[in-house]
Amino acid sequence: MLAGRSLLEPMDFTVEEMDEIFALADRIIDDPKKYAHACDGKLLATLFYEPSTRTRFSFEAAMLRLGGQVIGFSEPNSSSAAKGESIADTIRTIACYADIAAMRHPKEGAPKVAARSAGIPVINAGDGGHQHPTQTLTDLLTIHRERGSFENMTIGLCGDLKFGRTVHSLIKALSRYENVKFVLISPEELRVPEYVRREVLEKNNIPYREVERMQEVLPELDLLYMTRIQRERFFNEEDYVRLKDSYILDAEKMELGKENMMVLHPLPRVNEIAVEVDKDPRALYFKQAKYGMFVRMALIMSLLGIEG
Amino acid sequence: MVVINSIEKGIVIDHIKAGNGAKILNYLNIDTAKYSVAFLMNASSNQFGKKDVIKIDKVTDIDLAVLGLINPDCTVNIIEDHVIVKKIKPTLPETVSNVIKCKNPRCVTSVEANAPHIFHLINPETREYQCEYCDDIVSMKGDNLDAILRK
Repeated sequence: MLAGRSLLEPMDFTVEEMDEIFALADRIIDDPKKYAHACDGKLLATLFYEPSTRTRFSFEAAMLRLGGQVIGFSEPNSSSAAKGESIADTIRTIACYADIAAMRHPKEGAPKVAARSAGIPVINAGDGGHQHPTQTLTDLLTIHRERGSFENMTIGLCGDLKFGRTVHSLIKALSRYENVKFVLISPEELRVPEYVRREVLEKNNIPYREVERMQEVLPELDLLYMTRIQRERFFNEEDYVRLKDSYILDAEKMELGKENMMVLHPLPRVNEIAVEVDKDPRALYFKQAKYGMFVRMALIMSLLGIEG
Repeated sequence: MVVINSIEKGIVIDHIKAGNGAKILNYLNIDTAKYSVAFLMNASSNQFGKKDVIKIDKVTDIDLAVLGLINPDCTVNIIEDHVIVKKIKPTLPETVSNVIKCKNPRCVTSVEANAPHIFHLINPETREYQCEYCDDIVSMKGDNLDAILRK
């Protein structure tokens, strides 16, 4: 039962519970009108202590398309956090008004602190460089819709793997499926954090390797997950110049990939995927953004205990 | 030489590495206790050269979990009728609250004053703990304990 629970990190839900959410998302995609009043009279609070357009809009669109209403703030200066109120007090107050809350916060673990005091379901909408479980649900629904199965995949994750919270959440979630291998493509300074490598990959005996260049591994990938890599993340200019092209996906590199390789990106994109790649049928990132709204609709309904 | 009498009933924490005794006292929260506590610093020791010793009079039911974290090599003797009735070897606690502080500047504990700092043991061999909130890993090995401990 998902009713009344919070989603703080991907492992909070079992594989079966995830499947329930994807099955509901499938039903919503097939017949959205049927769900247009599923959340009538319900209120979602969006507590965004950090700027976000996509995730916040996606949550708000999801609730509005279910017939519910939304309240919230999109920067801490417009909330009582600016006056020094604790996260626990803020959520306790908001829980008096709303039925469910989505929180983005620059501090890692903030949604967990909120969930303890809330008394209503809290959804982690991204906490620092830590986790982003609804992006993971989005990524998984995209794989589920476009491929049908999470098993027997070689997954390449490319870019800033150290601070990329979407990457950490996705590795955790996919580590539970059979015969999954990871190829981690990043400069040495931006490799996945130690806890992901040791507590997720090594602990579960999941094959992985770490490489610096995308070209050499593209032919073996079933899924390429691109992330933005920021110039200031490099420790020195020399490395940036040497490696920057290795993290830009263009039409020429796409030729090295399998015919059915899926290309995902949590967005926003800057220049790590050339615009010319958008017309390639393997480029799924805009479809992925749409799936993000549907999966959040399914999540909100499930946590509110609304049958669908 | 300082002499402290034997106790009839209580706990003797012996073989504490010299310098660690004050830290242990801090975490045992016995500074406001009604019973007598003797704290001996830099006592001579055949094994270590110098050691700290804590004697707690009258009680035997104090939560000693923190000993395994701070000074796993110390010995705990439970005394009744002037005799050692039980020797306890400190072990690493599975979960500790408000003992270790998270060093990750991005962790929510750096801003949320009332959130307890909770750590879970993930590897007893390497004495590593993981933060409940941000998953950061700290090792309770070596001489960097002052930087890790909360008090």
